[in-house]
Amino acid sequence: MNWHAVRAIYRFEMARTFRTVVQSILTPVLTTSLYFVVFGSAIGSRMTDIDGIPFAAFIVPGLVMLSVLTESIGNASFGIYFPKWSGTIYELLSAPVSTAEIVLGYVGAAATKSIMIGLIILATSAFFVPLSVLHPLMMLGFLALTALTFSLFGFLLGIWATSWEKLQFVPALIITPLTFLGGSFYSIDMLPPVWRTITLFNPVVYLISGFRWSFYGQSAINPLVSITMVVLIMVVCLALIAWIIRSGWRLRH
Amino acid sequence: MPAVLCIENLGKTYPGGLTALKSVNLTIQQGEIFALLGPNGAGKTTLIGIVCGLVNATTGRVLAAGHDVKREPRAARRLIGLVPQELATEAFETVEAAVKFSRGLYGHPPDQALVERVLRRLTLWDKRDTKIMALSGGMKRRVMIAKALVHEPKILFLDEPSAGVDVELRRDMWQAVRDLRDAGVTIILTTHYIEEAEEMADRIGVINKGELILVEDKTELMRKLGRRELRLHLTDALHEVPSPLAAYSLTLIDGGLTLVFSFTDEAGQERIPTLLRDVSLAGLNFRDLQTQQTSLEDIFVSLVKER
Ligand SMILES: Nc1ncnc2c1ncn2[C@@H]1O[C@H](COP(=O)(O)OP(=O)(O)OP(=O)(O)O)[C@@H](O)[C@H]1O
Ligand SMILES: [Mg+2]
Repeated sequence: MNWHAVRAIYRFEMARTFRTVVQSILTPVLTTSLYFVVFGSAIGSRMTDIDGIPFAAFIVPGLVMLSVLTESIGNASFGIYFPKWSGTIYELLSAPVSTAEIVLGYVGAAATKSIMIGLIILATSAFFVPLSVLHPLMMLGFLALTALTFSLFGFLLGIWATSWEKLQFVPALIITPLTFLGGSFYSIDMLPPVWRTITLFNPVVYLISGFRWSFYGQSAINPLVSITMVVLIMVVCLALIAWIIRSGWRLRH
Repeated sequence: MPAVLCIENLGKTYPGGLTALKSVNLTIQQGEIFALLGPNGAGKTTLIGIVCGLVNATTGRVLAAGHDVKREPRAARRLIGLVPQELATEAFETVEAAVKFSRGLYGHPPDQALVERVLRRLTLWDKRDTKIMALSGGMKRRVMIAKALVHEPKILFLDEPSAGVDVELRRDMWQAVRDLRDAGVTIILTTHYIEEAEEMADRIGVINKGELILVEDKTELMRKLGRRELRLHLTDALHEVPSPLAAYSLTLIDGGLTLVFSFTDEAGQERIPTLLRDVSLAGLNFRDLQTQQTSLEDIFVSLVKER
């Protein structure tokens, strides 16, 4: 294992984050605050409790997940797409680094950043709603697992993308709908049976449901099923990445 | 000298169907400077790309110090440094951070003293805290060279290292390359500046349309193909070459004022004293004489034209 390489990549990517630390933190904090003002206070005050949880509190895990997902995908895809676009990837491709090392460096850094942002959003939400976390360790576990899994996905996206448009396309057209329909703002139990079944094909449902369980101890889906699903997605992403880097698809001519 | 790089039957056909390399065989000796010459699109960068892991070969294989670059990439790549033809550098990083990154990427622990040495060698030390995007093109190229040197490669590829580098620095860089060679590094460079190859290379390879059409020791190449000329500038113009000198197959130029004797080998050279004696015997006076050698450029142009 070339740990020096992993460290070099990780540090390099984190340096990028810290160069833009104000935007990196301010943007999600602002967005979340707006969500709370609109959905939590304005609309939420007229909503009934969901599963015995006040609406404003109910949406906290969903909001955190929403940001963690977007940030993970955004960071990881940019992290690998940018060197591809600028040409500096030559160095990575000709260096004595294995797939595992490349992924650890890039995905590790992207996941670190989105976990940090997730926690910041959580802290922000504490200003708007009384926050209680029933299973803090499970909560952190879910957060980390989600950040990692979707950073892996973002990494794949960055390798696949051959233009900036494509890089924006997948998050905007696939991920945003999936997250919005993933139960951030409602419980899937509130849906008619047909839609509930359809929803179960949306992987984001499992993330948000499991994450919410770690806060309030109840969820529409068994938390074990949630964890299994996240791990499953992660394995699929890992397998795809391993194949891609070995074959050089979209990287080597 | 042992071979440090073995290229065997290397071929590359790009997905579009263009064949950039046709079964190239080449062995690079440890510690030599090898210059790869060829016109645009000859396949130089493609060849380097395959060795360095940027391009997948269609056929053949490459061994770096005995390690197949495809099967044992880690062992092979550890030895190889690359300065690509295209300028590609990080933008927002400082020079020093970028160089340190490269060292880490190749699995080496930090070494501040070495980083300083490399940056000083490339006159980048004063710029170490500058963001790379604020550097000029030539400086960026030097950053790329620094990034390749800082991981202490045994085999160094320089794909047109002096493109965009000013004359003074070019001399400086040539010296740096020679120093590296003296330190045991094997260097393969491509260039369009023939003087660069002539100045530095131990051996020269000429590649054209994906085929390696010639590999020669530089001096040997010059000796074999280098046409030399002796020019005698006469005091009085001649209408024709006097018959006593017919055996030398001389030509008259400059309206009969200059006699030219062309030769290619040592046998030709040995005839010069007798030629000069016969010129005096024929009653010709000359005010000046000069010899000249065809440059590598002439050789190269004639080689590529032949195909
Ligand atoms: N990625 C690619 N896809 C398709 N064709 C390519 C690709 N890269 C290079 N080629 C083609 O392969 C041939 C060899 O290109 P290469 O870059 O190896 O030439 P070169 O000898 O380095 O030329 P130059 O002196 O201009 O740098 C050219 O015809 C080029 O168009
Ligand atoms: Mg080239």
